[in-house]
Amino acid sequence: MAKIYSNCNPKNIQLNPKKETVDFLLNYSKALRVNCYKNMKFEALLN
Amino acid sequence: MALLLKVLIMKRKLIEDAVLVKNYIDGDESALSVLINRHKQKIYSFIYSKVFDRDITEDVFQDTFIKVIRTLKRGKYNEEGKFLPWVMRIAHNLVIDHFRRNSRMPKFDNAGEFSIFSVLSDSALNAEKMIIKDQVESDVRRIIEELPEDQKQVLVMRMYQDMSFKEISERTGVSINTALGRMRYALINLRKVIEHHNIVLTN
Repeated sequence: MAKIYSNCNPKNIQLNPKKETVDFLLNYSKALRVNCYKNMKFEALLN
Repeated sequence: MALLLKVLIMKRKLIEDAVLVKNYIDGDESALSVLINRHKQKIYSFIYSKVFDRDITEDVFQDTFIKVIRTLKRGKYNEEGKFLPWVMRIAHNLVIDHFRRNSRMPKFDNAGEFSIFSVLSDSALNAEKMIIKDQVESDVRRIIEELPEDQKQVLVMRMYQDMSFKEISERTGVSINTALGRMRYALINLRKVIEHHNIVLTN
C-alpha cells in the first residue's frame, strides 16, 4: 500500500459566518435603495 | 407560539429560492434573511475551502452578498439558472480577485514557519553601533584629508554636499569629464589607502 504524504483535507468543513456579518448584510439590504430615473439607476444608502 | 413559529419556518423552507428572490425584489426584506440563512453554510464553507482564513472568508462572504443585494435591487438578476449556483459563481470570482490582489502584493501573516521579523529588523542603531558608525565616519574623513586637493574637492562636493557633476564642473571651472575623472581617482586612491593600512570601515 503506497503511503500518501499529502495533507488530508479536513472533511466536511461546516462553517458559518458570524452573526455580525449576516446582520450587516440584512441592514445593508434594508438601507439600500435603488432609484430609477429614465434609463439611469442611482443607489442610495439610507442609514 | 413557538409551534406556530416553527410551522412558519417549516413553511418558509418549502418556498423555493426563485420565489424568495422574487419576493425580495418586490420589497420583502425578510426573504433575503431566509435566503442567506438557507445557503450561508454552503457558501461560507466553499469560500473557506479556497482561502483557509476565517477573516478573509468573512470578507469575501460579505462582498458576495453585497453584490447579490445590489444586483437584485437593481433588477439585473434574471432567473436563468438557480440562485445558489449564481451566488457560488460570484463567491468564486471574488476569491479569484482576492488571490490576484494578493499575488500582486503578498502578505505575510506570520502564522507559518517563516517569520517576517527574521527579515525585518529595527533599523535604529544601538549605542555600540552608534559609536562604531561615528568612528567609521571620522576615519573616512581623515582618509579623505589625505587625498590630493583637486580630488578631495570633487569628492566632498559630490558626497557631502550632494552636488551634481554639472554643478561641480561649474563651481570648480573644469569640464564634467574632468570632474568625473577626479572623482574616479579619488575613490581609487581611497581604496588604496584603506587596503594599505588595513582599515576596517564596516559596522
